[in-house]
Amino acid sequence: MGELAQYLVTGVGIGCAYALTGSGLVVIYRVTRVVNFAQGSFSVFAALTVTTLLAAGLPHGFAETLAVLLAGVIGLIVGLVATGKPGTTAQSALIVTLGLGVFAYAVEILLWGDQPRSFDGIPGSVGGIQKHYLLIIGVTAVVLGATALLFARTDLGRALTATAADPYAARIVGIDVTRMGLLAFALGGALGGLAGVLITPVQQVSFDSDVALVVSGFSAAILGNLTRPGLTLAGGLLLGVVQTLVGGYLSTSYQSEVALIFMLAVLVARAGRRDVLEAA
Amino acid sequence: MIRVEDLVVRYGAATALDGVSLTVAAGELVALIGPNGAGKSTLVNALAGLLRPAAGKIRVDGRLALVPEGRHLFTPLTVDDNLRLGAWRAKNRDTGHIYELLPELEPLSRRPAGRLSGGQQQMVALGRALMARPDVLVIDEMSLGLAPLVVRHLADNLRERHRDGLAVLLIEQNARLALELCTRAYVLEAGRIVAEGSAADLAGSPQVAAAYLGLEA
Ligand SMILES: Nc1ncnc2c1ncn2[C@@H]1O[C@H](COP(=O)(O)OP(=O)(O)O)[C@@H](O)[C@H]1O
Ligand SMILES: [Mg+2]
Repeated sequence: MGELAQYLVTGVGIGCAYALTGSGLVVIYRVTRVVNFAQGSFSVFAALTVTTLLAAGLPHGFAETLAVLLAGVIGLIVGLVATGKPGTTAQSALIVTLGLGVFAYAVEILLWGDQPRSFDGIPGSVGGIQKHYLLIIGVTAVVLGATALLFARTDLGRALTATAADPYAARIVGIDVTRMGLLAFALGGALGGLAGVLITPVQQVSFDSDVALVVSGFSAAILGNLTRPGLTLAGGLLLGVVQTLVGGYLSTSYQSEVALIFMLAVLVARAGRRDVLEAA
Repeated sequence: MIRVEDLVVRYGAATALDGVSLTVAAGELVALIGPNGAGKSTLVNALAGLLRPAAGKIRVDGRLALVPEGRHLFTPLTVDDNLRLGAWRAKNRDTGHIYELLPELEPLSRRPAGRLSGGQQQMVALGRALMARPDVLVIDEMSLGLAPLVVRHLADNLRERHRDGLAVLLIEQNARLALELCTRAYVLEAGRIVAEGSAADLAGSPQVAAAYLGLEA
């Protein structure tokens, strides 16, 4: 396979992690109106957990699944802390998530130290492409597809959408709005955890890896006004591909700038029309 | 069905309801009229359990469903999904019986609720409330902003549901409509019940006629 094709597949693989991170942000924002700045911590926590579980002798697959579930539980806890008190505004909850993200650094350094870690993914390659990238793409497609079905085809998904659309009306029909918000946080946590678990074998992870993930995931999500899953996926993949091309043909040191420029461009373009966070 | 006794509800320091008592018996059609800001919607939200009373008692026997002021549909969801969520607390969320009661909703079932006209939306709000298979229905400002023909249609529908045994508390600024439709009525002003009685008596009272029916006292 040609060099360009390799970059494209690699870029889509990396972009999947951004799309998962962005989707976690979108699920949480849609239901609770909270921008969850602790989103990257779910990924880091899950990835570091996998290193421990594998070291303890758990088999691949099982270790990763357990870590993703744990990230879901952590998402639930973040949701409880940030929004559990009745009457909390979305703005103050946002500040709380920021604080929790910083707190996560302390916990992670305490548990795993400050050096980068990694673990093996799927070994081998086909046509010059590491098979692990194909795994990332396949798992992401299945999980985001299942998430879309949950929202579009189940009453639970409809109730989540209803909560986002009109919390007052949701309460009238008996939907527990607080519980829906916590469920969204748990789902967001699991999506974030999955991003971290999938990407680590090709990228390494350390306590501060959340920044790069959140900047890219947020850029992808903001493309869809933090509410549109399809645009978030497209944004994530595009960003992954552009970053990989820039890294391949120019210099890897520009990769994080690409995400920042992308985010700024989207924000400026949107701000020209209307306030991003109010519009949704 | 509904028994409210000496209900007091406050927003911070402001008292919105100040010792309100009211009853709706099983199968009864009762109107609550009063000017803007009287506290009618506050009473509705307290009945639905969305506001905590500062004092007094609320008792509801059986299932209560609410058609809120402003309809409050889930605008991105389809009509059918809106109906389904009306039965969120119930396990049976089949919408078939609603399309029998409100046949005009059937052709709209796959449309996003936000795309409908005001009258159609009010119909969906009614259908969504009926999905809960309620014993008593509370409707806040049923006619607000709707064309007379649409209001007539809604009123006919309400009469039919009443004939099926449903109790209704109808909140209206259109007092003429409310008094015509209901058998008993309360008048709420500034958080207090200032008059109550049979709809016919109230319609005949000079004060009510002057204030709410636009007739000379
Ligand atoms: N959420 C609220 N916070 C503070 N005051 C409110 C709130 N809702 C209503 N009020 C006030 O309570 C009073 C009664 O309002 P409401 O129950 O909506 O009256 P109505 O439905 O009869 O028009 C009004 O003075 C209104 O301004
Ligand atoms: Mg009102």
